Amino acid sequence: MRVPLSWLREYVDLPAVTAHEVADRLTAAGLKLESIASYGHDVKNVVVGEVLEIEELTGFKKPIRHCKVETGEATPREIVCGATNFSAGDRVPVVLPGGVLPGGFEVGARKTYGRMSEGMICSERELGLSEEHGGIMVLPADTPVGADVVELLGLRDDVIELEITPDIGYALSIRGVAREAATAFGVPFRDPADVELPEAEGTAWPASIGDPTACDRFVLREITGFDPAAPSPLWMRVRLARAGMRPVSLAVDVTNYVMLELGQPLHAFDRAKLTGEIVVRRARPGERLETLDHVVRDLDADDILITDQAGPLSMAGTMGGLDSEISESTTDIVIEAAHFSATGISRESRRHKLVSEASKRFERGVDRELPLPASWRAVQLLAELGGGTPGRGVTHAEAEAEPPRIAIPAGYPGTVAGVPYTKETVVRRLEQIGCVVADGDDPAVRRGAVDPTGVVTGGELAARLAVTGPDMITVTPPSWRPDLTDPNDLAEEVIRLEGYEHLPSVLPKAPAGAGLTEEQRLRRRVGRALAAAGYVEVLAYPFIGEADLDRLQLPADDARRRAARLVNPLADDEPLLRTTLLPGLLKTLARNVGRGFTDVALFESGAVYRPREDAPAVAPTPGVDRRPAEEELAAIEAALPEQPRRVAVVLAGEFDRSGWWGRGRQECWADAVQAARLVAAEAGIELSVVADQHEPWHPGRCAALYVGDTLVGHAGELHPRVIEAYGLPPRSSAMELELSRLEAVLPGPVDAPRVSAYPVATQDVALIVPDFTPEADVAAALRDGAGELLESIRLFDVYTGEQVGEGHKSLAYTLRFRAADRTLTVEETTAARDAAVALAADRVGAQLRGV
Amino acid sequence: MSDYDPVEVTPLHADEVSRMEAEALDAIASAGSLDDLKQARLAHAGDRSPIALANREIGALPPAARAEAGKRVGTARKAIGQALAARQAELEAERDARVLVEEAVDVTLPWDRQPRGARHPLTTMQERIADTFVAMGYEVAEGPELEGEWFNFDALNIAQDHPARSEHDTFFVGSADSGMVLRTQTSPVQIRALLQRELPVYVISPGKVFRTDELDATHTPVFHQVEGLAIDEGLTMAHLKGTLDRFAEIMFGEGITTRFRPNYFPFTEPSAEMDLKCFVCRGASAVPGNPPCRTCKSEGWIEWGGCGMVNPRVLVSCGVDPARYSGFAFGMGIERTLMFRHNAEDMRDMVEGDVRFTLPFGMEI
Repeated sequence: MRVPLSWLREYVDLPAVTAHEVADRLTAAGLKLESIASYGHDVKNVVVGEVLEIEELTGFKKPIRHCKVETGEATPREIVCGATNFSAGDRVPVVLPGGVLPGGFEVGARKTYGRMSEGMICSERELGLSEEHGGIMVLPADTPVGADVVELLGLRDDVIELEITPDIGYALSIRGVAREAATAFGVPFRDPADVELPEAEGTAWPASIGDPTACDRFVLREITGFDPAAPSPLWMRVRLARAGMRPVSLAVDVTNYVMLELGQPLHAFDRAKLTGEIVVRRARPGERLETLDHVVRDLDADDILITDQAGPLSMAGTMGGLDSEISESTTDIVIEAAHFSATGISRESRRHKLVSEASKRFERGVDRELPLPASWRAVQLLAELGGGTPGRGVTHAEAEAEPPRIAIPAGYPGTVAGVPYTKETVVRRLEQIGCVVADGDDPAVRRGAVDPTGVVTGGELAARLAVTGPDMITVTPPSWRPDLTDPNDLAEEVIRLEGYEHLPSVLPKAPAGAGLTEEQRLRRRVGRALAAAGYVEVLAYPFIGEADLDRLQLPADDARRRAARLVNPLADDEPLLRTTLLPGLLKTLARNVGRGFTDVALFESGAVYRPREDAPAVAPTPGVDRRPAEEELAAIEAALPEQPRRVAVVLAGEFDRSGWWGRGRQECWADAVQAARLVAAEAGIELSVVADQHEPWHPGRCAALYVGDTLVGHAGELHPRVIEAYGLPPRSSAMELELSRLEAVLPGPVDAPRVSAYPVATQDVALIVPDFTPEADVAAALRDGAGELLESIRLFDVYTGEQVGEGHKSLAYTLRFRAADRTLTVEETTAARDAAVALAADRVGAQLRGV
Repeated sequence: MSDYDPVEVTPLHADEVSRMEAEALDAIASAGSLDDLKQARLAHAGDRSPIALANREIGALPPAARAEAGKRVGTARKAIGQALAARQAELEAERDARVLVEEAVDVTLPWDRQPRGARHPLTTMQERIADTFVAMGYEVAEGPELEGEWFNFDALNIAQDHPARSEHDTFFVGSADSGMVLRTQTSPVQIRALLQRELPVYVISPGKVFRTDELDATHTPVFHQVEGLAIDEGLTMAHLKGTLDRFAEIMFGEGITTRFRPNYFPFTEPSAEMDLKCFVCRGASAVPGNPPCRTCKSEGWIEWGGCGMVNPRVLVSCGVDPARYSGFAFGMGIERTLMFRHNAEDMRDMVEGDVRFTLPFGMEI
């Protein structure tokens, strides 16, 4: 909302303070300053001149005039001017030499087109009044020559732009802001809507309310004999422009002016285009309306319409119809001022994607008592500025509406604030905003209430929100504050007017908490462990497209293709929510490589979205006047996708860097598997690794990761086609693991080991197994076979070659044995080793090498 | 042995012993290396050295002369032995010093064989904020990112037709009336916490939120918020202010100036905005005539987050009795906090995952 201070000052006696001080006070009251624009403060030496003589100069590409202008100085000024819309005798604004125009533009005396030019004759735009630049601004004939134009035209003004929150629709008007400013400065407020209305004689035009849930007050007034050619006066155009509205024509400008001033949207109909009784009703099936923006709209049964006997005239509170619109020849006008349902207008505006100045106000709540005075103000202005005769009749249809009342203990605002306010303060503050405050309780107020959007809700909610206590007061909010419905609304009014800055600052004592959960700790450890191991965390967007799933080479029936879809994605080719972390990571990897970082290791930890196979399509929205039943909550959860947390890594280039110390090492599948082990180790879990074939990994270099029988993830080298599709360095690797599955099997506290001080006995064995035998199986067999004397087992060599024969490999292990209670004998360790080898022979056909 | 003539045992003459000792000491002193010294030891103290041979001759002397000769030779051998040991120590020390010098390296050489990674500052910022509140007794609450509309809007007193609802730029999931959205705020976690936890409830909930804004320097469709909620008996706005003042002080250091300003949120009533006095211009740019400030757009203050007393309607929809319990809630942008606290300028840097942006932030923020 842009508020010219000159306009504001008409209704509130602000002290002599700067625009900033006004804005600061309003900000403290909840009308936040967005910006301040100053007009005319830099303008100097512009006076009213009378054009005495005009000499048309010839020989130039465009018409040029050399004028003699009387400016009230010793002698007339000679001024060269390129405009032709004025005549000798006209009064015009003249900037004298040494004068300054808006924007600091200095004007001097100079020679131009062969003549002296002492100053400049100005257009409205040059004076910063409007965008009008079609010609020179011609002032009324009785304007005193030599007068200061800045003073005369009210050129100097400050416009403060305020951010108006959706609850206070009344502040979308000069009237509302003036009321707040008056309270903020403690000065009187003159209500521009507080006008004496003449006794009506008859009606203006027949009208009725067809649907009281759509409209509860509908007022029409008329004016006849209006001059459609009458221009809007400069002051009105300037104010409209500075308030952010484009001047159009007198009739339109007046409706806009009154809307800005009072907050009541108005609509002007061409009386000649109306047919029979006007009815406010909902749309009927198949009805259509061409609106002012030349769009033919199919109307919805829920749309609120102004209709006459010929059909829809306009979409209530949103946009007028083209056919009944006033035109350049309209002389008889019917002005409509109404109070529509806030939710009704909100829906209509959203449904048709039509946001207008009117709809903005209606959906935020318009003063129900405004239609009569606002329509009167409009016809008065039209008559005054455009001739014509206001009709003596007024049409006033209304539906009963009881003003809401709220009862609270007088001390309640203080209870909410945490600082006591006297009853006198509470009552005074509430009265300042226009409430009527009565002593005593009125239990009737707890029978029903109106919610902030105007919907009447059941008495049960009102009873649940009720606050009772000693010294009750019953408050009737003013008609312009439909947002005040609950005890806390009143508390806020008192507290904000007393000043948030005066609230004490007290740190509450929360009960002792349990700290982070094991799962939360685990996530942090995982992040730290991966970062310490060289991985850099990224937070990629979760948006993906079918193309990503194709690039990952996922088969058609892959579960990761079942993804939640956005109705309104930012990018049409990324409408899905990720079912795997890899696309985001791979793109980020490619981006880093593209920026010259070829040795990169990245990780991400975050949610994936996995729709359940048989999930209902809709999550219900239960009522809010109570806690939903457990079944209702369960029904919401059932519709939501599963959202497990995953952790994934991708890596490319050297994992151990090359340098002056020698060659480094390219990352490989094993680093990816190790990243998974690292993550699992943070959870205190040992993963078992099994060869697998799973996209997007290389079918021969892919590990499935298990905890017991539960698959928790995959790791390995990426499939060459995936690498190509994402433009990654060759042999890039990746790991993805479902952290939520680890969280489910956290082993709990570590059982402290008993450390034996007896000596260790070491035995090395080399086993020959077929190529395809997983090492993990060999190690498991050795471990199981060696029995409990085995302290550790470590693979120290893998050999393939002639000595072990084609299709075989040799795996060399060091087995360490130790007992808790004695020094082992050679016989004991040898027996344990033999048992280990025997089991390996039995399970995987391992042969002891060199035997 | 009748013809024995003691005088004929020349090596045992005093002069001869002195000469042998002098020669030995001379050789030892002139040994320039441990090898030389080894040679000198063999030559002058070994089994075949003159003094050793002389020692053997002592038995040939008449008994009366033996004591004196033995003493003479013994003294000489002792002197030689001491000289050897001293020289040995000297030469070893010299050798050690020389070896250590030879082994010196250039310790300024780089060694970035396995550079460490880093955690994303938005993650560590969320953790830091969580820790701040955990230290006050709060617990960290969580909720899904793809959320039911009932949790994201209805239960938070944002009715279907409320103007605030359309201002949320919501991503809808499935269909426009599926009742499912990407959560537009972390506030739905308030609802989950109130439905699931025993009262009193003090929770903090950092997390991802989504709005349909295109990515630019100051907007991103996926960003992070931290939500705080305290519901207890007797909580007031003064407690809210105290909590946020403390929070601001911990995040930005003592001396930070905060401002509570009335604002509107459907789920809090009364509602406030928490502003911080601009770090850069300290509020000076708001005074006309002073140079403008890019950080606060010359407003002097920057918005940090919204807050207020939990609207009793929200308590009712969670089955909490507003006559007995009250409380406050607040929500801050993590990206904004990172921008203010670490002078990060461009939102895109936080989103793109360029390792150059993230690495300097390390493990904790």
